[in-house]
Amino acid sequence: MKKYTSLDALLEALPLKDGMRLSFHHHLRNGDGIINPILTKIDALGYKDIHLSPSAIFPSYTSIETLLKKEKVASITTNYLNGPVANYLALHGSETCLKMQTHGGRARAIIEGENSIDIAFIAAPTVDKTGAASGLYGPSACGSLGYAMEDVAHAKLKIFVTDHFVDAIENPQIHHQHIDYLLILDSIGDARGIVSGTTTITRDPIGVSIARRAAQLIEDLDIIKPGFSFQSGAGGVSLRVTDYIKAYMQRNAIKAKFFSGGITKYHVEMLEMGLVEKLYDVQCFDLEAIKSLKRNATHHAISAHDYANPNNPRRIIKDLDVVILGATEIDLDFNVNVTTDSFNTIIGGSGGHSDTASDAFVSIIVTPLLKARTSVIKTRVNTITTLGKHVDCLVTERGIAINPRRKDLIAQLKNSRLDIVSIDTLMQRATAYTGHPKETTHKGKKIGVVEDRDGTIIDTLHAKE
Amino acid sequence: MKTIVVGSLESSDCLITLQPNENTEINIESTVFAMYGEQIQKVLTDTLKAHNIENIHVLCQDKGALDYTIEARLITAIKRFKEAKDES
Repeated sequence: MKKYTSLDALLEALPLKDGMRLSFHHHLRNGDGIINPILTKIDALGYKDIHLSPSAIFPSYTSIETLLKKEKVASITTNYLNGPVANYLALHGSETCLKMQTHGGRARAIIEGENSIDIAFIAAPTVDKTGAASGLYGPSACGSLGYAMEDVAHAKLKIFVTDHFVDAIENPQIHHQHIDYLLILDSIGDARGIVSGTTTITRDPIGVSIARRAAQLIEDLDIIKPGFSFQSGAGGVSLRVTDYIKAYMQRNAIKAKFFSGGITKYHVEMLEMGLVEKLYDVQCFDLEAIKSLKRNATHHAISAHDYANPNNPRRIIKDLDVVILGATEIDLDFNVNVTTDSFNTIIGGSGGHSDTASDAFVSIIVTPLLKARTSVIKTRVNTITTLGKHVDCLVTERGIAINPRRKDLIAQLKNSRLDIVSIDTLMQRATAYTGHPKETTHKGKKIGVVEDRDGTIIDTLHAKE
Repeated sequence: MKTIVVGSLESSDCLITLQPNENTEINIESTVFAMYGEQIQKVLTDTLKAHNIENIHVLCQDKGALDYTIEARLITAIKRFKEAKDES
């Protein structure tokens, strides 16, 4: 391990070259403090044709926009992006530029050499003298480092960047043999941006009504049994579903086997109440989750590979009974879009959406049917993030639709008192309120692709008109 | 003659502003203009006609309100507009 305290000196020592592929993780989210200084310096050194593989791109990662404007970026491969970089690509992207992957697909592509990383810059909240690292301690603690683990294991060169250098870490998340270079900076992040802070249970009456129906659906499907497994993410409606399920578990003295994915204080609370055996945490969404990782032996930080790599037969999500997910658009074939809005603005991406929908026994989309005069159901989604064959149920405030492919679920629900109709009927209900929209789908030039977790290209991304 | 403002800029609502004018003029700013601009224009025109209102400037700042929301907001605005006119 070679140690540096100056970014300039480090970059001088690295075998930088045109056409290199650089990776970063997004665990510091909008508070990340390493991507901008590193890319700004690399830009100043004059390198070009750079391939970027950050696990996600947040609004604060403005140096990427600068590199794009100077035409120094050959490609961007990521799982989620929004903000200025997304807006720039939607206006000026080129056909080869953008590849949107899934969390599991990114792990697969890195491990299998499809996405061969030259240099991984790994923001590491604490590093010790041996070169071992942890996300649990230090001023920029972010908890799980799940999305960095494949970069750590497979990049040709691994640079750890920290602002908290200590003698020894008791239980490191990353062992010392992985590190090539260490860079110690004054700060690697802004704590206020690291925790997303938006993970609260919805109180919006429409959201509550959707959540109640989704919880009832799960109950009617008889999924909440001892040893079941569940993933909800951190959306307000999903967390309300989790809250209803918690009440049901308490009433019926049921203990779950595991909750997976992004972990919040609500999941931690259920772990500490003895309602669930284990948390498999690929990403901490709030401070309570980070604290829990330190104090609860049954709260496990896991890698994206262990979480969702489709070619890992032991991946956690393979055993998921039910996952609750959102949608920006869904179509009559149940294809879901969480990547773009109806005007080709890039607003996010799969993250683990497609991964978990594909693997879970039941995938449930919770969303308002109407959002500001726009029906969430379209004849065809603008961009396919998750293929309809993996999406089982749609729960809205004005009715529930079950994918006709899931005859087993439909049979199970035949005595349900829930308002279950075809997705066509749900769409007609929406149109009765909104009126018929004028067709507006003018697609600009191609700016990228959506890659499913197994590497299949399932859709193309287009520029805004 | 004062300006009448009714509604809000919350999602799924609209803000209607009425002002006396030499003729009838309608301006629409909408988040869903591409899909529903013509329909919003029709609702506003029909509602003005139904209440025999002319020589007015209508500004509709729409955040995806449904037709009956737009109509209700405009009717309330018209009532207040008439009251203000009677007082003056």
